[in-house]
Amino acid sequence: MTSVVVAGAGSIGSLLAAHLAQVADVTVLTRREEHAAALREQGLRVSGRGDFTARLGATADPAALPRDAELAILACKSTGLDPLAARLEGMLAAATVMTIQNGLGAEEIVAAHGDWPLLSAVTFMSGTRHGDAHVEYVLDTATWIGPYRGTTEADARRVAELIEAGGLRAEAFPDLRPAQWSKLIFNATVNGVAALTGLPHDFHFAQTGEVSDLGHLVRGLVDEGKAVAAAAGVELHDDPWEMNVLATQRGHRHFPSMLEDVEARRPTEVELINGALVREAGRCRVPAPLQTALYRLVKAREASYSE
Amino acid sequence: MGCGAVGSLFAANLSLLEDVEVWAFDLNELHMAAVNRDGLRLSGAGDVVGRPRATSDPAAIPPCDFGIVATKAMHTEAAIAATAHAFADGGFVATVQNGLGNEETIAGHADRVIRGTTFPAGKLLEPGHVQWDVKGDTTFGPYDERTPLADVERLADACTRAGMPADAVEDARGPQWRKVIFNASTNPIGALTGLTHGRVCERPDLRALVTGLVDEGKAVAAAQGIELDADPEELIDHAAKPEVAYGHKASMLQDVEARRQTEVDYLNGGIVRFGAEHGVPTPLNAAIQALVKGVEASWMQS
Repeated sequence: MTSVVVAGAGSIGSLLAAHLAQVADVTVLTRREEHAAALREQGLRVSGRGDFTARLGATADPAALPRDAELAILACKSTGLDPLAARLEGMLAAATVMTIQNGLGAEEIVAAHGDWPLLSAVTFMSGTRHGDAHVEYVLDTATWIGPYRGTTEADARRVAELIEAGGLRAEAFPDLRPAQWSKLIFNATVNGVAALTGLPHDFHFAQTGEVSDLGHLVRGLVDEGKAVAAAAGVELHDDPWEMNVLATQRGHRHFPSMLEDVEARRPTEVELINGALVREAGRCRVPAPLQTALYRLVKAREASYSE
Repeated sequence: MGCGAVGSLFAANLSLLEDVEVWAFDLNELHMAAVNRDGLRLSGAGDVVGRPRATSDPAAIPPCDFGIVATKAMHTEAAIAATAHAFADGGFVATVQNGLGNEETIAGHADRVIRGTTFPAGKLLEPGHVQWDVKGDTTFGPYDERTPLADVERLADACTRAGMPADAVEDARGPQWRKVIFNASTNPIGALTGLTHGRVCERPDLRALVTGLVDEGKAVAAAQGIELDADPEELIDHAAKPEVAYGHKASMLQDVEARRQTEVDYLNGGIVRFGAEHGVPTPLNAAIQALVKGVEASWMQS
């Protein structure tokens, strides 16, 4: 069987590891040894849209990872990516490494720590962790994969097929940037507004009846993002405004991770999401005053944790 | 009308004058009962016990020469609708409230309206007792041609004699817009980020956002021919000094922390509305208003 490493066992890493363990030899790399011990001893339980317990390997020590791993998925949050990639320097010599973080720039961060072939991914699935050895599978939307460095669409397709065989949804693309940018603009807008207002992603985000309704601001933020994408030469895969409207019509109130981070006073993913979009706007010389304001406000909100 | 902190400062001080009879009207019945029983006590920047007649029943208010509306801006309509009868016989109604649009709301119920902006501040400590935090000036001016300047001068004179220094000017929009621009450009930034005024100003990126908001407000003021009496930028930097208000939590941040409705519709919302009327774009003020409205909406759901 294919040997796969999943580094980072938050909700996305846990969902990938448990499902891939149905069709591959999976080893999970955790930050905490007791997390690895719990996974080794209890397995990893999936509830919600799945109902099974996966048997898999787990360790907190990168040196103990299998040398023959062919695929390593780095599934930590973007705030933890640089230290994680640093821990993997010189390891996983046979592996193709796949990033799956929100925002832009994850691939460059990993590329600086080794010459692995790289795949890019974005995921739209969601889950909720209920402890170290239990994850609930919530939204069964797809993970999209594309080549980045030293890889081809065929490599992306093989990984997508493996993930699908494990019971999740995945799709390969010749170029991931159109999908990645659609999600970037969506996340920068929705996560940023949610973090600042305390609102989950609900009907307010598409409401435009009154002049001061939030939908006008969301639309303005999306339009700036689209102008940046156009200037960067990226043709979007999906219209982020339509993604927003569709998501608010699903009827369940999604709490974006940036809102959860702000409420728990944790560092957010604002740098690789809003920061990346604002830096691209600067690079392309496209004005993005609303996205810039949102980025500054979220950064300042993080700074207020010390008040 | 509206006898919270600022209303109490006017009511208590004016009631000390022998030639002025003051009625205090507020829906807080405990506060009004304490004032009738023990007087209205101010302590801090000045120590005063005033003796206004206090009531929560608008019908009890007799015909008056002047009214001063001092409610939060979202309560202007209710306050003037309930009390307009007291000014139906030639009385003047002044506002000393925050924000834009209070004069228009009052003018819907009273013929002779006085625009006003005031800087003293305090807080209600307990029924009948207000802490007077800072003294400051008040500027009054006629709202339209139905209010002669001479009558505005009578009100300003009474306030000044009572220890609340006030000027009467032909066009009081300068101080009003200066204060609105200051508040609209700093209060919601504190409310959205949780930072004190000084910490907002020491982050260069955030200070630049404040300037963006100030510039929109200045452009809307200029389009109406309003001359600001001071540059809001200088006032913002002055307030950020450690010895002035570095550690001050904006009132809107205090509102948000206590989950009280904010005055954002009358600050940033006012700038947006006047901007639209005069063809001046105000995208940042609109964005800030929408975000603070979103914060208020989030309280309805949890």
